[in-house]
Amino acid sequence: MSEEVKSELLMPKGDELVLSTSPHIHATEDVRSIMIKVLIALVPVICAGIILFGSAAALIMGYCVVFCVVAEAVWLKLAGKNLDSLKDLSAVVTGILLAMNLSAAAPWWLCLIGSVLAIWLAKQIFGGLGHNPFNPAAVARVGLLIALPKYMTTWIPTRFMNSDTASYCQGLFTKADWSSVLAGKLDAVTCATPLGVVGTTAKVLNHSPEAVNNFAQVANPSCYWQYFLGNMGGCLGETSALALLIGGLILIAFKLIKWQVPVFYLGSVALMTGIINYFLPGVTPPPVFHLLTGGLMIGAIFMATDMVTSPMTNWGAAVFGIGLGVVTCTIRIWGNYPEGVSFAIVFMNALVPLIDKFFVKRPFGYNKPIVEEGVAA
Amino acid sequence: MTTKTYKTVTFKGGVHPARDGKDLSRSAAIQEAPLLDEYQVIVQQNIGAPPKLLVKKGDEVKKGQMIAEAGGFVSVPLHSPTSGKVKNIDRIPGPMGVPTDAVIITADGKDEWGELMPPLDWKNTDGATLKKRICDAGIVGMGGAAFPAHVKLSPPPDKKIDYLILNGAECEPYLTADHRLMLEETEKVLEGAAILGHALGVKNVFIGIETNKEDAIHALLDKCDAYGVGVVGLKVQYPQGAEKQLIYAVTGRKVPAGKLPMDAGCVVQNVGTAAAVTDAVKEGKPLIERITTVTGEPIKNPSNWRFRLGTPVSRAIELAGGITQEPGKIILGGPMMGFAQKSMDVTVMKNTSGILLLEKSDVIQYQSTACIRCGRCLSACPMNLLPGSLSAAIESEKFDLAAKMNVMDCIECGSCAYICPAHRPLVQHFRRAKAEIRNRSKK
Repeated sequence: MSEEVKSELLMPKGDELVLSTSPHIHATEDVRSIMIKVLIALVPVICAGIILFGSAAALIMGYCVVFCVVAEAVWLKLAGKNLDSLKDLSAVVTGILLAMNLSAAAPWWLCLIGSVLAIWLAKQIFGGLGHNPFNPAAVARVGLLIALPKYMTTWIPTRFMNSDTASYCQGLFTKADWSSVLAGKLDAVTCATPLGVVGTTAKVLNHSPEAVNNFAQVANPSCYWQYFLGNMGGCLGETSALALLIGGLILIAFKLIKWQVPVFYLGSVALMTGIINYFLPGVTPPPVFHLLTGGLMIGAIFMATDMVTSPMTNWGAAVFGIGLGVVTCTIRIWGNYPEGVSFAIVFMNALVPLIDKFFVKRPFGYNKPIVEEGVAA
Repeated sequence: MTTKTYKTVTFKGGVHPARDGKDLSRSAAIQEAPLLDEYQVIVQQNIGAPPKLLVKKGDEVKKGQMIAEAGGFVSVPLHSPTSGKVKNIDRIPGPMGVPTDAVIITADGKDEWGELMPPLDWKNTDGATLKKRICDAGIVGMGGAAFPAHVKLSPPPDKKIDYLILNGAECEPYLTADHRLMLEETEKVLEGAAILGHALGVKNVFIGIETNKEDAIHALLDKCDAYGVGVVGLKVQYPQGAEKQLIYAVTGRKVPAGKLPMDAGCVVQNVGTAAAVTDAVKEGKPLIERITTVTGEPIKNPSNWRFRLGTPVSRAIELAGGITQEPGKIILGGPMMGFAQKSMDVTVMKNTSGILLLEKSDVIQYQSTACIRCGRCLSACPMNLLPGSLSAAIESEKFDLAAKMNVMDCIECGSCAYICPAHRPLVQHFRRAKAEIRNRSKK
């Protein structure tokens, strides 16, 4: 080797070499980037909430995110843990999801209680992200619904409701009411959700055939389009099936959820309500109504699919989805509550370890060798 | 270009590293490394019994002369990489970080062959003679395992072998040594495959190769018929070249847990091993050199080299033009299963497929966080284990549970740890558990 070449030659000094075991390279995705992707998938839903319910929705989301992050920080501080785990942004995701599960009429302190329930009771008490058996937002919704039902079921109309579409808001107010709102005579008008109407109808008419006509008021094809867009009473993030489906496609494209969960969940709800509606039309409205109303879409797409609290195998996810559908339908049709999605999620979350146990893949090489199958045979 | 087609097959699971780094050295033709002044040949270059030294300080040696004899059945002899004088028998840094015995040979510059073994007409030679030759030539699995090749070729009489599979997958990112070998020395590889098939008495001889080596595939397809070897394309997926996964992809057979490929009627050898077999049988040359990729972003000229055994890593890096930036890691082998080095005095061995330097920015020491049950490790594990749950069991010292969960079947490919978004050191846990369980069963 000539002197000239040698002088140019740069060699490693070797004193800063890292010694660690293989693998030496790593996929770039980490927990934080997963959470960022979930937030991206939530953008259509956030936008839909603000479009439908106005600045009140934005304010509630803000409250929930701030309260969730602060609640997490306070817990970590009190528990003497490292605050670094705040950087994984999971508290932000929980905050947004919690807001999505609240009415636009929710007061700030409801957001606070919900955040504390979600972060402390559902998440940190078990050891933080990854150790929580139940979905934090679902726990918060269930907790608030049981403890403060009045505030969890006070709904306000969307900005797009008027005297003509008011019937979608269950026809509970008259044209005269609307004129008063428009004239500024009334400060606020509350409304019910389509599911609430159906629940009340079914209860009052005791599943008799007369209920069919009453169902038809809120469950007819002209309503479905409004429901699909989100123009109905309900929680901030649950009304627009359109936005939720877009979000779901983003989640699937990012490979963040198992499609089996929403598909089998929605599928089993459609099947079960379809069968019941076919034979007993007085008991429950048709499946399309069930798919488009209440918290089913947000539950199926964003909450049941939470990695931490859903099964790890594809078959397990399918069974989990079917279980969710059965529990949801049971509560919706025969339960005391008009809505059963968050109950179903919390219930099925508890079964996840069992489901995971049933659907363990057989380790490689634990069956008889398969002969004559590959190309070489 | 041939019009012949090949099927593409794969196994289940695994990962597909986004940046495979093969472009760095893919098109660099194999270069002959110049003769060095000194070679430091590590004595134990094979799995199994260490070879017994035949030389002492001050001895004159010829190129290819046996300097250590096989220390048992699962062992192979070792040969001098050049002619010269034994300067010393010393301890040098080994690839596992432990000082290792090495023969330091000062080259005399003449590079004179000693007496070679007689060439064999392999078609008219029986299997036993061929296997003895392969052993005498010091040939081990050159893909990384360094398992003596003749042992794999000697199944007990009750095991019928149906397939010989040559492993040309080279699924480790960055490495291109096997790729260049198959492209440039196609016939040597194919003939080696035929010789190995003959030695085993096996008709079904296949070479499995990942489809990212299109040029090598076509080179093989052009010539494979003459040697009775089939070419099987493999999907680009890590760890496609893991023995059990390769067998499954090519034959559809699953090696039973805890058993060897021969229990599924298969023998797997690396393509580099096959090329060495051709040299040993046709020319009587022992294994004293191998193709190694010197690569990584910090390397000035990533390239493929034919290095003599005992070439220090520092000299290899010099030959590749040195570095353009201070590396964060030096690895022997590939980035998924290779061994990080602290010293550049380690030397090229029979299984050194690559010398890889990683940029400092690529060497991140992650802080691991709690498992978020994303299930990616489950889909990545080619052995269908439950890496997340397993590591949880091991972290709480439940080794019996870990054994029940089949931790012993882990092939340590690193797919789970590669993909884990919580950066959990899964493979480390599994290695620990395997060692612990082995120790306990010894007691």
